[in-house]
Amino acid sequence: MEAVHAKPGPIERISVRNLSVDYHGIVALHDVSLQVQASSLCGLVGMNGAGKSTLFKALMGFVRPSCGSIVIDGLPLRQARRSQAVAYVPQMESVDWNFPVNVGNVVMMGRYGGMNLLRIPRPRDHRAVRKSLERVDLWSLRDRQIGELSGGQRKRAFLARALAQGASVLLLDEPFAGVDIRTEKLMIQLFEQFRAEGRTLLISTHDFSHVRGFCDQVVLINKTVMAYGDTSEVFTEENLARTFSTIPPHDLALPVEDEVWLGEA
Amino acid sequence: MGGYIVGWLLEPLSHDFMVRALLVSSLVAAVCGLLSCFMTLKGWALMGDAVSHAVMPGVVIAYALNLPFALGAFVFGVGSVAVIGFVKQMTRIKEDTVIGLVFTGFFALGLVLVSKIRSNIDLTHILFGNVLGISDSDIQQTVLISAAVLVLLMVFRRDLILFCFDPTHARSIGINTGVLYYLLLSVLSLAAVAGLQTVGIILVVAMLVTPGATAHLLTDRFDRMVWIAVVSAMLSSLVGIYWSYWMDASTAGCIVLTQTGLFLLSFLFAPRHGVLAQQRR
Repeated sequence: MEAVHAKPGPIERISVRNLSVDYHGIVALHDVSLQVQASSLCGLVGMNGAGKSTLFKALMGFVRPSCGSIVIDGLPLRQARRSQAVAYVPQMESVDWNFPVNVGNVVMMGRYGGMNLLRIPRPRDHRAVRKSLERVDLWSLRDRQIGELSGGQRKRAFLARALAQGASVLLLDEPFAGVDIRTEKLMIQLFEQFRAEGRTLLISTHDFSHVRGFCDQVVLINKTVMAYGDTSEVFTEENLARTFSTIPPHDLALPVEDEVWLGEA
Repeated sequence: MGGYIVGWLLEPLSHDFMVRALLVSSLVAAVCGLLSCFMTLKGWALMGDAVSHAVMPGVVIAYALNLPFALGAFVFGVGSVAVIGFVKQMTRIKEDTVIGLVFTGFFALGLVLVSKIRSNIDLTHILFGNVLGISDSDIQQTVLISAAVLVLLMVFRRDLILFCFDPTHARSIGINTGVLYYLLLSVLSLAAVAGLQTVGIILVVAMLVTPGATAHLLTDRFDRMVWIAVVSAMLSSLVGIYWSYWMDASTAGCIVLTQTGLFLLSFLFAPRHGVLAQQRR
């Protein structure tokens, strides 16, 4: 498999400092600081609306933080994105499975960012797609329309796209939702291989057994980081109770003069 | 019998206006057919309807000022969507409501302009098309517009497919989806104004949606989908024009009705995704 873009210097894959995000005066994330190392399976746990997807969006550069900074692989976010460092693996419900693309097409889309404007695949793009598909055991199904795949195969196709991209950071949004035990085991095996290659996986999940089972690190969030660190130390009843309490611990309201009640708020 | 059919096919070709109509409408159908693949996959049917109505004041003003109507269509087509985006962002009103009220507002403005501006524009030609009486300058412009749309869609097809399929991924790998959004929108405005030459504003959305829908039921591959959409759109135009000639019926109506007929066939008999095939499963 292609080497992960490991810069010699940083051991920190993801470094978030004092990040705050608000949508029209509604706080989505407040003063988040976070350092995730290379070679890590990091769980992301929090209630719905706790800011998990906002954190993902921030890590992809989709939202403009009101303050704070994000560095990935030692690079500012924009450059990290150019170098194809961050891959997002979508929730399966958000994909249009009737779309007329086959498995090979989808994985090739992982390579587009590194291609020229016309996105004409070069030999090395074809090689990367083949390698990625072989890794997740889908090479023989490369010509299938994506909707013809089983649930587990669908997941693997999107993991293959992240591999083909050569991403060092994978953001996985509820990867185990609606997955049978066999597929789950297979995916965890793949995740552990990715970790061994130096990749960092940030996995949002509602299932605590996953966190205990294979995440070496965990982030608990409720608008801000409630606890972060090695799973064995941080994933305690007490921290979970704090994370899932409905009243945020800090006063998160903005000063009154900044409140603007507009938009989708 | 054979002679009868040949006569049925050849007799209309003795009229210059029929030859021109058949050629222009085939070209427009091919362009709109290609675009319809992106429209149906992106879920932009309502957007297509909105833009095709909103270009009307632009077309009227362009005619009145003797400017290329593509220019007017482009400004008002893209402008209407910018207005839709702005109103949506600034208020609590839902998007489909905003689309409905903005495009009808633009369309109404177009109606008022047609009735007040002194020009040789015929309202029914804009509303229902006038491919049998299309002028030389209109043909020139339509050919240019069609060429531009074809080139843009073909050159950027991979990016546009990705944009339709997974815009989140596109953004995360550094592709500027804002540019793709406005590219698709611009192409839509241009194709709408080309389409209204043949079937008029009211039915142009059929040109922008139906061939793609027909094709989507028949294949799971994008390149085949494009071919099927383009061929079915061109076939519909040719059949529709002949049909309207011999029946002395509305040309736009005949073209679109043929398209709808092809969709129905595909809806019923498509090998895997048709209703009958699904029943058998």
